[in-house]
Amino acid sequence: MAQIKLSNLRHSYMPAPQGPEDYALKEIDVTWRDGGAYALLGPSGCGKSTLLNIISGLLTPSEGQILFDDRDVTTLPPDQRNIAQVFQFPVIYDTMTVGENLAFPLKNRGVDPATIKRRVDEIAEMLDVTDMLNTRASGLSPDNKQKISMGRGLVRDDVNAVMFDEPLTVIDPHLKWKLRSKLKELHQRVKATMIYVTHDQTEALTFADEVVVMQEGEVVQIGTPVELFERPQHTFVGHFIGSPGMNVLPCETKGDRAVFEGHEVVLEGPTHGDGGRTDLGIRPEYVGFGDTGIPAHVTKVSDIGRHYVVSAMVGNTALKAVTEHTVPEPGSQVFLQFKPEQSRVYRDGWIATEERAQ
Amino acid sequence: MRTENQKAWFFVLPVLALVAFNALVPMMTVVNYSVQETFGNNQFFWEGLGWFEQILRSDRFQAALGRQFLFTFMILLIEVPLGIIVALSMPRKGFWVPVCLVLMALPMLIPWNVVGSMWNIFTLPKIGLMGYFLNDVLGINYDMTQQPLSAWITVIVMDVWHWTSLVVLLCYAGLVSIPDAYYQAAKIDGASPWSVFRYIQLPKMKTVLTIAVLLRFMDSFNIYTEPFVLTGGGPGNSTTLLSIDLVKIALGQFDLGPAAAMSLIYFAITLLVSWVFYTLMTKDDAQ
Repeated sequence: MAQIKLSNLRHSYMPAPQGPEDYALKEIDVTWRDGGAYALLGPSGCGKSTLLNIISGLLTPSEGQILFDDRDVTTLPPDQRNIAQVFQFPVIYDTMTVGENLAFPLKNRGVDPATIKRRVDEIAEMLDVTDMLNTRASGLSPDNKQKISMGRGLVRDDVNAVMFDEPLTVIDPHLKWKLRSKLKELHQRVKATMIYVTHDQTEALTFADEVVVMQEGEVVQIGTPVELFERPQHTFVGHFIGSPGMNVLPCETKGDRAVFEGHEVVLEGPTHGDGGRTDLGIRPEYVGFGDTGIPAHVTKVSDIGRHYVVSAMVGNTALKAVTEHTVPEPGSQVFLQFKPEQSRVYRDGWIATEERAQ
Repeated sequence: MRTENQKAWFFVLPVLALVAFNALVPMMTVVNYSVQETFGNNQFFWEGLGWFEQILRSDRFQAALGRQFLFTFMILLIEVPLGIIVALSMPRKGFWVPVCLVLMALPMLIPWNVVGSMWNIFTLPKIGLMGYFLNDVLGINYDMTQQPLSAWITVIVMDVWHWTSLVVLLCYAGLVSIPDAYYQAAKIDGASPWSVFRYIQLPKMKTVLTIAVLLRFMDSFNIYTEPFVLTGGGPGNSTTLLSIDLVKIALGQFDLGPAAAMSLIYFAITLLVSWVFYTLMTKDDAQ
């Protein structure tokens, strides 16, 4: 168990990187506390797997340091870092039984047989695979294989961190939630620091205490699932998290108000900064309908089960609203009301309004 | 309701006819010869299983069979491990991959009799590059035309030179199909290079290795041209393998009956060994 600290980390796959665009990872500074459950969330190619491989030691970063409990491990190989990693596709040793698979990392480290047996039995019981211990691992279903590869990580009691690289990709949808809750349960039992890489927001938000959202090699926001939803620091976070994502509407600023398609919108607080491109960000959940407000033309209404998603046009800008009760007809004229404490201005993508004092 | 329709068989007919003419009919002719005796004039007399008994009891056949097994065993013993080692040391990506692959494929593209002639000229004691080098530079007494041991070594080295590439290419195909995650997981699990080979690479190569061993067994067991061109079966009978002996009986002495019986025994042995080996190797997968 350890606290993991990444300090001024940068990585480029090129031998001589020139500008920031040559870096797969740009300037990462994070501290993950011991025993926490974290998720790295971002679209494909955002650098999250690179970051994971740097933490596990499969890659050495171009610049910066990785500290496990203040011990510099930047150049240590994976087997000396005491980390465990679960890959996208289950990795199991085909010729071994389930039990031998679980015992393998301990055997390689020269642990005595009695301890191996005790640990393997413990982990097998935790993963509900006790009855499979003596079967050949090659014949197992993907979800059980993935459990075994997880088990190989957990079997060592000196693991600093367990890392998951999109571990549910090959699992059937109906088994995904089962494995996910198993993971959550395991985290509570073993109390190891866990880092979970995914591009699926549901997986990230349900698993993690804290989510690190990445885009193009940069960390855009670190926060609890609620923080990411309620107050995105970047339009990318707003758009990437939530279904449908946050409305990002081109606007101008005027004092502590935004002017969007000629309509003044009250914001959560005063804006700061100057110049750049300004956008008004508001989640569809906080766009309401009323008798007065911003006139809009409804183009489409989709019933997605629990609620309706209303697509509307204000002037030449399209936006979405989510409603549960009052459903306007497509083609009708409505008035939209933006919730002021959830209306924010983003300057060049980054948040530019101050939180209103409570 | 599922309706049965046998019309598809008509599509198989042309192939069946073709196979009948180039395999079944010649094969049956051999069976025919193997149970009869002829003194020319197209007159045949029933012989029963006599030829089979005579062949199986003959010292000549037993000696040739022994040499054949020894030869096949030796080349498998060398080519399979060597092929695995070469495949393991080949690069996985980059500029050298195609270069290595082409170099590996080259020996296999050379016709058998050319390989035989090449090695013959190469190893002749006085004029061949290797023969000259061994005798006159290193002072090793080497003469594959006179000494059985030299002849054996030459025949085996020639086959290794010609066919190890096949094992290499098949193993290489098996190796490159292993996802990176396996190697990464092994690193994290603290596996030694030997464990990586034993538990990841070897199991993943098992299928291609089975095929490689089968192909090398069948080819080497039926080998004819190369040793025939190189040593002609000599010195004496020391490198007379089964096929060379068979041709001597069939075309040299024109003993059609015994030759036919021998071919069938030869064929049965090849088939039996291949079948037993394949069954053993794939037994685990069926479980």
